[in-house]
Amino acid sequence: MQFNGFRVIWEGLTGHKGWKPLWRDPEPQPEYDIIIVGGGGHGLATAYYLANTFNELKVAVLEKGWLGSGNIGRNTTIIRSNYLLPGNEPFYEFSMKLWEGLEQEFNFNAMVSQRGILNLCHSDGQRDAFRRRGNAMRLAGADAELLDQDAVRAMYPALNIDNARFPIKGGLLQRRAGTARHDGVAWGYARGADRKGVDLIQNCEVTGFRIDAGRIKGVETSRGYIGAKKVGVAVAGSSGRVMAHAGMRLPIESHVLQAFVSEGLKPVIDGVITFGAGHFYVSQSDKGGLVFGGDIDGYNSYAQRGNLPVIEDVAEGGMAILPMLGRARLLRAWGGVMDMSMDGSPIIDKTHIDGLYLNAGWCYGGFKATPASGYAFAHLLSTGRPHETATQMRLDRFARGYPIDEKGAGAQPNLH
Amino acid sequence: MLIPHPLLGLRDAQEFTYLGDASLLNRPDTGTDADPEAFFAYTHLRDNPAGVHRELWFHEQGDRSWLVVTRNTLTHEILGAELASDVKRGLA
Ligand SMILES: Cc1cc2nc3c(=O)[nH]c(=O)nc-3n(C[C@H](O)[C@H](O)[C@H](O)COP(=O)(O)OP(=O)(O)OC[C@H]3O[C@@H](n4cnc5c(N)ncnc54)[C@H](O)[C@@H]3O)c2cc1C
Repeated sequence: MQFNGFRVIWEGLTGHKGWKPLWRDPEPQPEYDIIIVGGGGHGLATAYYLANTFNELKVAVLEKGWLGSGNIGRNTTIIRSNYLLPGNEPFYEFSMKLWEGLEQEFNFNAMVSQRGILNLCHSDGQRDAFRRRGNAMRLAGADAELLDQDAVRAMYPALNIDNARFPIKGGLLQRRAGTARHDGVAWGYARGADRKGVDLIQNCEVTGFRIDAGRIKGVETSRGYIGAKKVGVAVAGSSGRVMAHAGMRLPIESHVLQAFVSEGLKPVIDGVITFGAGHFYVSQSDKGGLVFGGDIDGYNSYAQRGNLPVIEDVAEGGMAILPMLGRARLLRAWGGVMDMSMDGSPIIDKTHIDGLYLNAGWCYGGFKATPASGYAFAHLLSTGRPHETATQMRLDRFARGYPIDEKGAGAQPNLH
Repeated sequence: MLIPHPLLGLRDAQEFTYLGDASLLNRPDTGTDADPEAFFAYTHLRDNPAGVHRELWFHEQGDRSWLVVTRNTLTHEILGAELASDVKRGLA
């Protein structure tokens, strides 16, 4: 299924009867070379690069619901590469570069928009930390600019610069950061994988692993047993549940994060603004809605919905920094379940079971990682070696004492 | 969410801070033969169940007691709460 301007006009004139599904709906085969569990952004991207870049021929994605029913369709679509540590920053910058070429790569409109992200700072100490981070970003080939108060004021006149508690003193700007259409990303990868022969199997929940003498043989599913030489698990918020089937306990807790969108407004915020000190961030969608969010609810949850106190907290943060928000009506609120790792950084690694691989721990920042996560996971699954930007994202780093702890906060599952 | 505090009755969950899995009450021995594996598991690994979960909540804006709350992580339904000190005594 291809899209082009002529086709849109033609279908418009002929009652939209010619549109076809973007991918096949195949029956599972008895055996595959590689099975990816989870048809979210990361699973679909992995399948795409396995088939397109690593020339794997017999690949399937097993998804318990429909493609894109998880966090890939629930996030606030921010993409950026403004990390600090050498274990993270080169990986996210690799992802940023993949974003920049993504639409040409899979020929699908993912609405990648490099509208810039501005992190606000409120004190000298915070500005020093931002300067350090900006330099770390530049060392990894990313872009970063430190803005003073006047520059922030000129960029976003609507901000409450003179807030009594958190006066805005400046900010760290990454111009190449921005947003993308989350569903479009999933659909583009899905179509590109399907075209190369990957079986995308929906309504197929993995309920167990068949393991023999320390080696993976296949997976038990709601649609029967399916054999596999290798299995890669990319189930985001369900990582703990799924890996428990292989007898594993993970350095992960599942938590819920909420997000919000207002009614459509005229253009007022043309980039992404984060107010970390007040647990609030916002951007404006192309339809005009203000898309915003804040902190996780803070307790283990698989409910895909949160509670009111956090909504109040986010709204307070928003009102502090962007008082005009109070005039907008809230259209929708929703929640997604995320795999919060003990150092706030992800895991792309083998497990102690031969042929079983894990992609997890994305916390609430895994959308921006989608291209690089898929690429690096495909690299690992196909070649057996980690991708050069993901060598520190190991599962055993916690036991060895090498966490990738961006905040220096120690073992706790509530970091970014 | 309302937490049935054993001493104070129903209290808003907002008065509490959350720590996590109640297995954190069972800290491994710190003696000379402390097992690094046990400490790694204690510090980093979690069962993370979908369903009934026993977890530690601290009544920070109340009587500052630690509670073990039993809660369903799929529905957020709270099934009970005990004083962590009672639970700990029961463990000993
Ligand atoms: C409200 C919210 C806002 C966010 N905002 C941002 C943001 O602005 N920027 C950013 O970078 N990140 C953001 N994130 C995080 C990001 O969405 C996630 O980290 C990322 O989407 C996770 O990877 P995924 O797309 O593969 O996950 P998912 O889309 O959740 O994919 C996992 C899939 O696995 C499937 N699955 C689970 N169990 C099984 C099973 N047993 N068998 C088969 N399939 C199974 C699920 O159905 C699901 O489709 C946000 C998250 C939330 C919830």
